[in-house]
Amino acid sequence: MHEMSLAVGILQIVEEAARAQRFQCVRSIVLEIGELSAVEPEAMRFCFDAVSRGTLADGAELDVITVAGQGLCFNCNKTVPLAALYDPCPACGGHPVQPTGGTEMRVKELEVE
Amino acid sequence: MCTTCGCGAGEARVAGKALSEKEETQETRAEGTVHAPPEGPAGGGAGVAAAAMSYSAVGGGTGHSHQHAGGKPHRHAHHTAVHEHPHGHDHDHEHDHLAAFADGQGPAGTDVSGRRESRMVQIERDILAKNDSYAAENRHRFDEQGIFALNLVSSPGSGKTTLLCRTIEMLKARVPIAVVEGDQQTSRDAERIRATGVPAIQINTGKGCHLDAHMLGHALHQLSPVDDSLLMIENVGNLVCPAAFDLGEAHKVVILSVTEGEDKPLKYPNMFHAASLMLVNKIDLLPYVSFDGDLAISYARQVNPALQVIQVSATTGEGLAEWLAWLMAGCAARQEKKQATMASLRRRIAELEAMLPAAARG
Repeated sequence: MHEMSLAVGILQIVEEAARAQRFQCVRSIVLEIGELSAVEPEAMRFCFDAVSRGTLADGAELDVITVAGQGLCFNCNKTVPLAALYDPCPACGGHPVQPTGGTEMRVKELEVE
Repeated sequence: MCTTCGCGAGEARVAGKALSEKEETQETRAEGTVHAPPEGPAGGGAGVAAAAMSYSAVGGGTGHSHQHAGGKPHRHAHHTAVHEHPHGHDHDHEHDHLAAFADGQGPAGTDVSGRRESRMVQIERDILAKNDSYAAENRHRFDEQGIFALNLVSSPGSGKTTLLCRTIEMLKARVPIAVVEGDQQTSRDAERIRATGVPAIQINTGKGCHLDAHMLGHALHQLSPVDDSLLMIENVGNLVCPAAFDLGEAHKVVILSVTEGEDKPLKYPNMFHAASLMLVNKIDLLPYVSFDGDLAISYARQVNPALQVIQVSATTGEGLAEWLAWLMAGCAARQEKKQATMASLRRRIAELEAMLPAAARG
């Protein structure tokens, strides 16, 4: 998986914010990870722990907010919950369901000092 | 950007040379270390903000609430998946948090126990923002030059390079072609492509599992594809990671060979979802394998209803005419788009030039 690249991406965002906002240490990082984004929060924590060692985010907690998958069913024209990209519509059992939420991978906010 | 799965940043190489990314990573690390030891107060502004709020400790440090000068109660649950803001306060400003401490009157930057204050900083940035900004640069270059760029993705062994060689042989007289080859190690694929007579450059991702837009930018710099050309980017053989990394291409083309299972689109949905076209390759082997082509296509369309499908055999040439027609249509559309942009720019220049004499008189 590409969690290692994503962890480095998070660290870059944190370091850029540190330069702009002048903070020296990060206590926690709030992430929004969509259910449909193919990111494993546990793998992300493991990778982030590895890449953040010796940086300003060393030891920072990752708070992962899971964003539920959501899609628009073209058959019933309704927004329905979606657990995986290829799942049928839970209401009518049909395809296709166009994902409309739960694909995000965002750094939402930081608790810094 | 580090592009490694398994750590070891900056090992990517374009045509055998390390990227300047390596220096960038070291620079960032160096600065991070400078930032690391906390010294002195965080800043005067933070202290002022702290004085305007009152704080009270709640529940053994797992969470805390505080009141702003405006009087809205405000609770934060830390280190849990849920981050509640029940009063609809949308965090569009920075403010200070004092971890566990009764009446926040310490000197600016520290609390009474000598612990440093913390504050929340709004970020709201996509994790892939950096890659996406490099991808936007690449896309801009393709638009300006009228280049039709394709990102070819598949599992290893689907026949990408063979299909590519065959395509080049059949198309090189009609359109200029350039190729970027991505592999973990060796420049064997780039050598195979160069043998067909078109320029090719090899990116070795080292421990990495995918190409990213930054690597491609470096490769483009060296390869210098000509205007109105077709650029084929052969990604690392991997059906997972390349799906997430936009390179600036017009389309992702996913190649599925009949020697793989027909349920691959269901097992690796992200890639089939990200692609515009699926090539079902090695159809000359259909009599010898238990591959149900219709089922594979219906699985792929389950994941991506808009997916186009062409069935080909790079060995016998079956279906290649349709694939070449798809490529030529794409190239023509790019060139038209470039010409339309240039025509509108020329019109704008003419309009401005017409205004010049009037402006000179005024």
